[in-house]
Amino acid sequence: MAQSEFAPWSDPAEKPLIRFQGVTKRFGAFTAIDDLTQDIYAQEFFALLGPSGCGKTTMMRMLAGFEAPSEGQILLDGQDMAHVPPNKRAVNMMFQSYALFPHLSVWDNIAFGLRRARMPKPEIDARVDEMLRLTRLEKFARRKPHQISGGQRQRVALARSLAKAPKLLLLDEPMGALDAKLRQDTQFELMDIQEKTGTTFVIVTHDQEEAMTVASRVAVMEDGRIVQVATPAEIYEVPETVYVADFIGDVNIFEGAATPSGDGYDIAWAEGQPPFHARTDKALSKGQKCYLAIRPEKIGISAEKPAEADNAIQGRIIDIAYLGNLSTYHVELPGGQMIKAQTANTRRLSRRALTWEDEVWLSWTKTGAVVLER
Amino acid sequence: MNIRRLLIMVPPYLWLLLLFLVPFLIVLKISLSDIALAIPPYTPTLEISEGWRGITTFLSKLDFENFTFLTTDDLYWKAYLSSLQIAAIATLLTLLLGYPIAYGMAQAAPEWRATLMMLVILPFWTSFLIRVYSWMGILANEGYLNQLLLWIGVIDTPLTILNTPVAVYIGIVYTYMPFMILPIYATLEKLDESLLEAAEDLGCSRISAFWLITVPLSRSGIIAGSFLVFIPTIGEFVIPSLLGGSRTLMIGKVLWEEFFNNRDWPVASAVAVVLLLILIIPIILFQRNQQKQQEAGQ
Repeated sequence: MAQSEFAPWSDPAEKPLIRFQGVTKRFGAFTAIDDLTQDIYAQEFFALLGPSGCGKTTMMRMLAGFEAPSEGQILLDGQDMAHVPPNKRAVNMMFQSYALFPHLSVWDNIAFGLRRARMPKPEIDARVDEMLRLTRLEKFARRKPHQISGGQRQRVALARSLAKAPKLLLLDEPMGALDAKLRQDTQFELMDIQEKTGTTFVIVTHDQEEAMTVASRVAVMEDGRIVQVATPAEIYEVPETVYVADFIGDVNIFEGAATPSGDGYDIAWAEGQPPFHARTDKALSKGQKCYLAIRPEKIGISAEKPAEADNAIQGRIIDIAYLGNLSTYHVELPGGQMIKAQTANTRRLSRRALTWEDEVWLSWTKTGAVVLER
Repeated sequence: MNIRRLLIMVPPYLWLLLLFLVPFLIVLKISLSDIALAIPPYTPTLEISEGWRGITTFLSKLDFENFTFLTTDDLYWKAYLSSLQIAAIATLLTLLLGYPIAYGMAQAAPEWRATLMMLVILPFWTSFLIRVYSWMGILANEGYLNQLLLWIGVIDTPLTILNTPVAVYIGIVYTYMPFMILPIYATLEKLDESLLEAAEDLGCSRISAFWLITVPLSRSGIIAGSFLVFIPTIGEFVIPSLLGGSRTLMIGKVLWEEFFNNRDWPVASAVAVVLLLILIIPIILFQRNQQKQQEAGQ
């Protein structure tokens, strides 16, 4: 039995859990969030991605109730949240600093929210134990936060925010304080827990790799606006703007003028150079300014000119970055522009055919590059 | 290496030896002596010139007579108890007034905090004695406070505040307030704002977040401040004698009267030694609090 794809956002009958409706947030003269409208659906793992100061944290704090929108509405389950204080919302937050109470044990930290909800004691005991099992913290229940490691603290923070079974869990840079290896493990753990509990997660991060790994949808933010919302694969393969293409992963950008030709467009990107040919569904007028975005791994690199390539250009290797599984070549084009091309090192200790100062040919297909209007 | 460590360790111990241990031993010695009409007003005095025999006769003349005397007159234990009581109540009052001030300072905008801190310390720029004297001018029957209250019309006969225990409490609370505010402020200032947000997020109201998070996390500051007020207040002499009148019984005043009115140095020294023994308990508790706080900080 094939599992149906999880995509409530493409089902018009589906009701969103959260709806931002024309939300604007100003701090004095500064506009942190600018007329933002966005739906988030139940059981989604929604990532807000952007550089610092883009408004992603403000969006999260408005969901938690620590900030009120200056204009517009935030609806949770169809109900306007404007005048509901943080302690009355079915929303919990995992803080970037974890904000564990230093004077309480791990157990008491997790039980804190349940006690405030005046849950009967046996139920609290059962729920805390369940959370401890879920986050594999049983052995550390009696310890104080300063007596456990950073990774364990992170899990306590997660357990504490999940204990009240919120409709919505907010995660503010949840892995910012972890080292790279632990971060990777934790990302998978987080996805696992999200799946098990069925809670809707909204995560704020500036780490594009993290957003791509965990999220069902990624919203890329810039200056208080969401510039694109899509699944990680779409964001990567079909970015809508140069900003998104550049923010997610490595990319080579050519600026040029489009001329319809054959099944696509010829893009003249430099004088005295043959134009690049690319296919796109977009309708461009003749001579329209456009951008060509090509991911490094979509570019082939070879010593001889490839016989059948839609696009091929010669250049000189300036630098080689050996990353173990991959090698990235920095190639200088005749016009002086630098291009990154990436190849997988599939064979162990293969002869390195290409080296510094070599003249090489770069090639890609007409669908390998994305044509962008802005 | 070891010599260098020794050199570093010597000054604090030398300081303690010269400025605490030696004076204490002298006071202890006087407390074991007898009163005499002489200069100094006690016997025996050590005659080093007589050699070993001088030392043994000197030691044989020392006794605990003065300490037993303290138990025969109920003035002394009443004074000790009254001092402890006044110190405890004054500490509580200082805490109740000082905590909101420290909290307000910690909540103030960062650019204001240094100024507020300076304002708290500012009274130290004037002599303590002059400040206590000026309270006499404020609290007296014809003082500024009564004039103000009469002028507003709150009262129609002046309140008698000076020379009552109330004046002593006012003086102590006023004088020792900075010692309460500063340690509490130090702990509150370090308090992570996100802890309160987390508490709110988990269902606390602002008020319950204050009692469940802010107060427990400023505990070490509360304890430190309370001891810093309590310990010197027990032996306080200037405030009760200037503001308290004859009805306020405090051991510092008794001590002063023994020394300068009765010129009974041995009994006065015995009073001082007992006072020190009483103070050792809160001092040890205070030290343990500081140590625990340091360990928690690491």
